[in-house]
Amino acid sequence: MSLLSKVKEAWVGLRAGRVTLAYPAAPAPAPERFRGRPIFDAAKCIGCAGCANNCPAREILVYDVCQEIRILKYLGRRCTYCGRCADVCPENAITMSREFETATPRIGDLQQRIELFMSTCQRCGRCFDPPSKLDELKLRGYRFDDLENERWIFRSSAYLEGQPVVDDVPLEMD
Amino acid sequence: MLRQLCRKMFGRSLWVYHANSGGCNGCDIEVLNALTPYYDAERFGIKLVGSPRHADVMLCQGPAMRSTARALRRAYEAMPAPKLVFAIGSCACGGGVWHDSYAVLGPVEKIVPVDFYIPGCPPRPEAILYGVALALGLVDKKIVPAEVRAEVLPVPKYHPEDLRREEEVTVYTKAEKF
Repeated sequence: MSLLSKVKEAWVGLRAGRVTLAYPAAPAPAPERFRGRPIFDAAKCIGCAGCANNCPAREILVYDVCQEIRILKYLGRRCTYCGRCADVCPENAITMSREFETATPRIGDLQQRIELFMSTCQRCGRCFDPPSKLDELKLRGYRFDDLENERWIFRSSAYLEGQPVVDDVPLEMD
Repeated sequence: MLRQLCRKMFGRSLWVYHANSGGCNGCDIEVLNALTPYYDAERFGIKLVGSPRHADVMLCQGPAMRSTARALRRAYEAMPAPKLVFAIGSCACGGGVWHDSYAVLGPVEKIVPVDFYIPGCPPRPEAILYGVALALGLVDKKIVPAEVRAEVLPVPKYHPEDLRREEEVTVYTKAEKF
């Protein structure tokens, strides 16, 4: 009787098949609507910095080297893949890829850096006419984010050389 | 070198300790999901243990916070010597969306040295398995930093017909207008 029950158990176990995903050995692509790492397309980007102004984690830095060259740097450390940058991009230069295999021993591997050439107005440099007073508040004109220390800077006048932008909280250890 | 060390020291039995220092529980659920029979992290010898004194690996979720930083540091120091720290989720990797809050100190690497980063909010269980497999040397790293430099277009900055040569210096005659 007990042997029969063991045979029955083995039969049930064999019929159940394999449930485990053979993941690192076999690929397991993410579903269709999964939002993974954003990919920045430098050929389409016009450098409007809409993504940088709308990023909730402030992970996209913009630095205007001069009037013609603007550097856009995506850090990706605390990016939550919310897809807002892809939503606001007027040129669809940002695509949320389905890539999730982003584990790395170096956090700097997640960075994407684009150096853009901005064509300017021949008379006055960079001309734009904000449509309303409310939109004027959102526009920040030139931006000088700190690319070395990887900090977002709200206003260029708020930042002085050699002074920390946001005071780091000193941590006491025992 | 780290990979060789991992292979030698850890072999096929990583005992993980699961430390949440103030995350939202999303990454915890994904880590526990990776331990279920469907993803089955135990085939890599991964076992969840309750105490940092038994653990080889600390899985950090949540940012380093003011209230929990000391406890996290103590948990790290309680682990026996060859130890790895995984930062799971965007909070642990970079501080999260509330990185500028007064309670958040920043990424966990401010408190403990992090060996592997698994970004995502939350990362998929596959992504966590991929990170563990990367640490064990089963898969290769796929991600590289991207840098693109746009070609500078030859746009003239001024009207070339207004340029005049004056004693070895080129003068722009309409310069007063600016």
